[in-house]
Amino acid sequence: MKRLLLLLLMLVAAPAFADSNLPPAPLANVQLKDPAKEAQAQTLMLTLRCVVCQGQSIADSNAEMAGDMRALVRTRIAAGQSPEAIRAWLIARYGDYVSYDPPLSAVTAPLWIAPLILLALGVWFARASFKRRAKR
Amino acid sequence: MKRWLIWVPFAVALGLLALVGWGLYKPADRTVRSALVGQRLPQFALPPIVPGKPGLATAAFAKGKPRLLNVFASWCIPCIAEAPQLLKLKQAGVEIDAVAIRDTPAAIADFLARNGDPYAAIGDDKTSSVQLALGSSGVPETFVIGGDGRIVLQHVGDIRAEEVPGLIAAVRNAR
Repeated sequence: MKRLLLLLLMLVAAPAFADSNLPPAPLANVQLKDPAKEAQAQTLMLTLRCVVCQGQSIADSNAEMAGDMRALVRTRIAAGQSPEAIRAWLIARYGDYVSYDPPLSAVTAPLWIAPLILLALGVWFARASFKRRAKR
Repeated sequence: MKRWLIWVPFAVALGLLALVGWGLYKPADRTVRSALVGQRLPQFALPPIVPGKPGLATAAFAKGKPRLLNVFASWCIPCIAEAPQLLKLKQAGVEIDAVAIRDTPAAIADFLARNGDPYAAIGDDKTSSVQLALGSSGVPETFVIGGDGRIVLQHVGDIRAEEVPGLIAAVRNAR
């Protein structure tokens, strides 16, 4: 009975979060007053990676650090910085990894060239099979 | 149609299986490292968080002597595990400054009372701004800053007991 009670107690246990007890940064979840600037910030946030929850953009993530990164983006956009300057600032600190818009370099070249190669392969394959059919 | 072609899909499937198995047993390193290692410490100035201990600014570094910059928080559990190692480093003569991420004075005072206080200065970083400027992606992280104000090394995660000698050597070698 006691054991069952203890097991049942586990159901109501609150999960332990590795989160601070401070509220989110002022601009983490609040839009900018100027809709044009907010749109600029939003577009940029969708293409920046959250460095804690690595598969999500900072616009999608609930992690505290993503909130702080959103606040950073909005503060800088509000101050008149261009989205590309903010992206460059973050890349200087976290590497290309932080951006979902990878630049063309020796490392990322396969990413850009592979689709072209696959397309060429497909065309070659289709041509070969159409020719065979025509002969018949 | 050549007969052996029938084995191609099987071989491809086997290859895929091997790839998945390899990924399971040897997962890629997902640690996010700072791209600033080897470069100058970025400019920042943080107010103090606990009474009697100064805040932290870039000017505290680049004074000719290498220092450690520890990024920590009272709400971070690995930081508690790391505390004895930081005390050992301090005993070895390493000077340690800290940036407290998203924290309150009361919580930091409590953390220092419980786990010891190896810090010469603690800066109050309420919005992780300095953490982002450093290219740090979590707590705890420790940076070795050379006497010329350059970031020499980044240690991601808590410092384990066996990693202390390596860090002492890194501080000695950093000029």
